[in-house]
Amino acid sequence: MNFDLSDEQKMLGEQARNLLTERSTPDRLRELIDAGAEWDESLWREIAELGFLGAAIPEEHGGLGMTQLDLGVISEEMGRANVALPFFSSIVLAADAIALAGSEAQKAAWLPRLASGEAIGTFAYAEGAAGWDDHAVQARWQDGRISGVKTPVADGGIATVAVVLVKKDGKRALALVDLGGAGVGRTRLASFDQLRAHYSLSFDGAAAELLDAAPAETVIAKLFDRAAVQAAFEAVGGTDACLVMARDYAMERQIFGRQLASYQAIKHRLADIAVLLELARSNAYFGAWAAGESDDDLPAAAASARLTANGAFEKGARENLQVHGGIGYTWEANCHFYYRRERTLAASLGGRDLWADRLIAHLPGTQVQAA
Amino acid sequence: MDFNDTPEEAAFRAKAQAWLAATAPAHEIAEGVKLEDSDQVRRGRAWQRALSEGGFAGITLPKQFGGQGGTVIEAVVFAEEEARYRLPKGPYTGIGLGMAVPVIAKHGNDAQRAKFIDATLRGDLTWCQLFSEPSAGSDLANLRTKAVRDGDDWIVNGQKVWSSWAHESDWGILVVRTDPTVVKHKGLTFFVVDMKTPGIEIRPIKQISGDSDFNETFFTDVRIPDANRIGEVGEGWACCMTVLMGERLGSGATKSGVLPLIDYAQATPRGTGTALDNAAVRLALGEALAEERGGKYMEARLRTMVSRGENPGALAGMVKLSYAGRQQKALGLAMEIRGPAALAAADDAATDSLHYDYIWSSVMRIAGGADEVLRNQIAERVLGMPGEIRADKNLPFDQLK
Repeated sequence: MNFDLSDEQKMLGEQARNLLTERSTPDRLRELIDAGAEWDESLWREIAELGFLGAAIPEEHGGLGMTQLDLGVISEEMGRANVALPFFSSIVLAADAIALAGSEAQKAAWLPRLASGEAIGTFAYAEGAAGWDDHAVQARWQDGRISGVKTPVADGGIATVAVVLVKKDGKRALALVDLGGAGVGRTRLASFDQLRAHYSLSFDGAAAELLDAAPAETVIAKLFDRAAVQAAFEAVGGTDACLVMARDYAMERQIFGRQLASYQAIKHRLADIAVLLELARSNAYFGAWAAGESDDDLPAAAASARLTANGAFEKGARENLQVHGGIGYTWEANCHFYYRRERTLAASLGGRDLWADRLIAHLPGTQVQAA
Repeated sequence: MDFNDTPEEAAFRAKAQAWLAATAPAHEIAEGVKLEDSDQVRRGRAWQRALSEGGFAGITLPKQFGGQGGTVIEAVVFAEEEARYRLPKGPYTGIGLGMAVPVIAKHGNDAQRAKFIDATLRGDLTWCQLFSEPSAGSDLANLRTKAVRDGDDWIVNGQKVWSSWAHESDWGILVVRTDPTVVKHKGLTFFVVDMKTPGIEIRPIKQISGDSDFNETFFTDVRIPDANRIGEVGEGWACCMTVLMGERLGSGATKSGVLPLIDYAQATPRGTGTALDNAAVRLALGEALAEERGGKYMEARLRTMVSRGENPGALAGMVKLSYAGRQQKALGLAMEIRGPAALAAADDAATDSLHYDYIWSSVMRIAGGADEVLRNQIAERVLGMPGEIRADKNLPFDQLK
């Protein structure tokens, strides 16, 4: 029994943290937004060279063959630095979908390119307000071509390949589409998160291969569960960043003759967030373990990580801005990056109602099992 | 990260399972049976004796003190296996094992260790904790019960409260003021006291649940031999910290508090289905369960730290802080979900225990570190924020208001 990161994982986290916090500074993020950039392309090349993109991709397909927990360690740092990178779309979603459901040929064709960063993937699941459940999906696959509109699709402008949730013979299926081909239309949308550009992708007879090496519903469920765990790590990193920012500001700021941080109204609020953060982190660790080791434990583990991490980030992002007072509402203070990114995580992959349902539907036994 | 037992842990688990299978059933208390306090303690002593004879008492206590010299993980493994049986375990044995033994082992002398530790491990001695007072709860160092030296004895006068199971205890761990002329933390001294000593009067406190788990304990000219002083004169606060550290870290065999409430919602008819079909109910209970699971894995992280010799410090308070508030909220919600039928139920054990648990949940937020104290500790020791302004700082106790 050992419930901690290994020394290697701690070093990996430190390496990622050092690089990302050095490169993805608030000023850099502002510069990207001002330039209307969709991503930080040079940083993407750098993290590709360091192997972060291929961390969890099998070695035979150009990756490092590391675990979901190693990937989680990287995701946490992506969240802490609030990066403008398609890591979640390309690696956590698209590459994982191909790894879970692709044929050997499909994996050989795409995973090495995703691992090297040369190709960028995205996962096109939602169809507007209707969502992506069985009733909502209208996009159709037939005879090697898909038609329909997926919106919004994160990183849809820079992606070179998309995994698209479609209907085939009336049932949900995953299709792989080279976005450079004919029959693909992209429209950039005004996106809430200024560091993650969302698109509407329209398909009009675009060539598409099915990803059907495993049963579609099983793959979809596992893909969402594993992505929820990685998003939870991202939220954990974001919460930690917010907590540190709020604490540091409160320590520095003097009010009514003493440090803002000396008031219980502030201490207790940040203590509560620290508790939520550590509970979420604990769930994320278990979720990452289950994502790699136990399909039986995964749904409840993923839902728990999701609910607690988003709950922590929600409070962290909001109270960080609140603790800063009026200055928190300014462009020059950095609270707004997390304030937007937090909602991006919360509204992606389904809201808390959906994940609470998933947890209740996959209840463990009434006796809490041994850790 | 590895959730599986190491070969050594697996061997220990197998040994514990085999021993429990042979020994525990004879000590079990049938479900639904409510024993008198004195019967419960008698059964608890017998189980503790069995543990001692089986080599499972004081698992983490070093061998030189009469323990097993085992690891924290072994203690967790044993607690997990032990929790599969309905055994007589409670504060009546827990206070001795979790509080008295550690403080005597760490701060006591050889004679005291020889006299008390083994007898406690064997269930021959039961203990109560005599710390809190009417004006000393969260601010424990403000305690007023005083001891004055008289030859080889100390004479104790004052009043303690919230002494769980004092009425069924052989001995007590006691902290008193021996020097009111210094700042409040420095003037305290720690003792063990025989609860049959003349001058000790124990009065049950009627609680809001109707039960009397706690007592007021009055000391009137109680003579305690200096030989029963633990640690140096003035070392009482350090002894208290040793005791309170043991209060924070769970055994790892905690049963879920939320899953029974999910069952309860599901046992509540609503339309053609149950209350658990309702999205709002699922959301509220699902969020509570997710948080509870986080607490469980957080404890696993803390145990890993402890097993490496690291001190989790105020991190350990996080689990308790989140647990208490969450349980109160979820239990209250469960009553609303059931509706009027939750207010008075005939022959419904689940509703009966809900009544008790909801009332009990209020004290969970106070006992063993109140919510507000834990928040201060987390803010100060985990986040490094400033300490509270202390109006009594640097003032001798006898000059405080």
